[in-house]
Amino acid sequence: MIRVYVSSVIDAPADAVWARIRDFNGMPQWHPGIADSRIENGEPSDKVGCVRHFHTRDGGAIRERLLALSDYEYSCTYSILESPMGVENYTSTLKLTPVTDGARAFIEWSAEFDCDERRERELSDRVGNGVFQAGFDALKRHFMGVSR
Amino acid sequence: MLQKVVRSTIIDAPIERVWAVLRDFNSHDRWHDVVDKSRIEGAESSSQVGCVRNFTLNDGNHIREQLLALSDSEYKSTYCIVQATVPLQRYVATVTLKPVTDGNRTFWHWESSFATPPGRESELRDMVATEVYEAGFENLRRHLRADGDSRVVRPGAAGGPAASRNLPSRLVRASRAGGPEVLEIARGEVPPPGPGEVRIQQRAVGVNFIDVYLRRGWLPGLMPLPGTPGMEAAGVVVDVGAGVQAFSVGDRVAYMSSYPGSYCSVRNVPAQHVVRLPASVDEEVAAALLLKGVTADYLLRDLGRVGPGTRLLVHAAAGGVGLLLCAWSRRLGATVLGTVSSEAKARTAREHGCQQVIVTRDYRFADAVRRECGGADLIIDGLGEAAREENLAALAPCGHWVSLGQASGPLQPIDPEALVRKSATFSRPVVFDYVARPGLLAERAQRVWDALEQRVLRPPLIERFPLDAAARAHERLESRASMGALVLIP
Repeated sequence: MIRVYVSSVIDAPADAVWARIRDFNGMPQWHPGIADSRIENGEPSDKVGCVRHFHTRDGGAIRERLLALSDYEYSCTYSILESPMGVENYTSTLKLTPVTDGARAFIEWSAEFDCDERRERELSDRVGNGVFQAGFDALKRHFMGVSR
Repeated sequence: MLQKVVRSTIIDAPIERVWAVLRDFNSHDRWHDVVDKSRIEGAESSSQVGCVRNFTLNDGNHIREQLLALSDSEYKSTYCIVQATVPLQRYVATVTLKPVTDGNRTFWHWESSFATPPGRESELRDMVATEVYEAGFENLRRHLRADGDSRVVRPGAAGGPAASRNLPSRLVRASRAGGPEVLEIARGEVPPPGPGEVRIQQRAVGVNFIDVYLRRGWLPGLMPLPGTPGMEAAGVVVDVGAGVQAFSVGDRVAYMSSYPGSYCSVRNVPAQHVVRLPASVDEEVAAALLLKGVTADYLLRDLGRVGPGTRLLVHAAAGGVGLLLCAWSRRLGATVLGTVSSEAKARTAREHGCQQVIVTRDYRFADAVRRECGGADLIIDGLGEAAREENLAALAPCGHWVSLGQASGPLQPIDPEALVRKSATFSRPVVFDYVARPGLLAERAQRVWDALEQRVLRPPLIERFPLDAAARAHERLESRASMGALVLIP
């Protein structure tokens, strides 16, 4: 089992950051790597069990199921059903925690998955840097623009 | 209803560095301004789950808190108040650290729940939130800055001001195998630390009997000649190599390593051999104590399993390791016998807890040991060949003979028949194998510092020599005239 963990600090209150990322169908609005997204079967995007079907900017199609969503804990957990990456048993959690001494939020994004041993490093880097850190960087740029 | 308080912040230091302070349940009087004095009850270690810290606040309040959980993998500790003059009832608090991976910073989350007398809820909630937690955040920041010589590692910083250049070093070299006279002083340069290393400006170097064996050429595999002896030292971190997170420039540290080379003024050392020094331990004390104290720790605790009633015989009881063994094993409840070579040493050994001191210059002690206690359950022997028959004779049935050194000459092979007559065991341990697992060195060193702080161990007797006088230090050690520990000052 591979585990990837990336974390950062966003200069905005957790409420505001959560409002931007909580929509399970909203990745194209905040993550630069995502081209489009829709929820299958017309279900609401915050219904646990719903499936998002989206495309990355390089054309890959991915389906992911929402496993848990908590507005109280600012956290969201999902699994990959189908993707071109070559990962199995992939689950991931995105979570915010308010930093109480300033209008900031601590953000964590982690994933666990299995893959071919020879691709562990490549896939860890792709998930950790290409997806998670790239998402954080976009959030940081966004909130820098909003708060100044 | 239970009150809940949550406070969190970001600290500009790597998580290992913040955790190194916070995991020590008794560190808070060193960094938190509201805490006046604190001690751990009993003789327990301050990271032992279940230990109780007993402390007073600057406002006169008195609190006892118990450590309920500690996880080094999750950077998390939980504790509760067991007794207090402030009305915080059923108070349970958890400290959690998480790394900020894109900036080498640390997220610190501190939360608690408690009950209060009616009407005092908001007052006590505010007190915990601001005076304890928020003030604690600021106090720890200041502590890390002071401890790190105002240079807490910044995100992305690879090292301190010296990072890119070689530094001059003076070193002692044994050009060939022989007596103390083969030790000579030389000059060299130390490059910037490699990945995983720290570069240390050394302030004190410990001298051990193994250094003498190296110089004599008895351990050619360990130190090819010419070579620089020395297995331990203490000093200040000058810069850190790539990937080192646990140390920062300015940290006061000590190290012990399984390969020689510590007789010098500046040196690169892999960080896994290094421990940070508490404020109460100066560099000379650390150099005098680290390797010897860690040796005493594994001998008594792991290998010898010394406890109440153990009959322990310590040779060279007034030596560096001997004095530690006497004091520590006495506290563990053992009956402690020791051999020394002079009346003056006998006095010192007695002062450190040795109950029966046998003064002998010719390695005759077995009769006296049998007379005093019937035989030794454990013999810790640095004498070697000249004492072999006496050691066998002094052992009690099922006794254990630990050969730690061979000051009188290399120990010849032990005949198994000699052991079987008493169901005796013989071992030949190497201290470095007892600190090989990650974290073990820090754990053992912490027990040594704690024992020192709790006065279980006395401050070591130290004889100081300039680095240039390493030959004189060796002469002194080999003359059997020295007491306590010898330290070289670069």
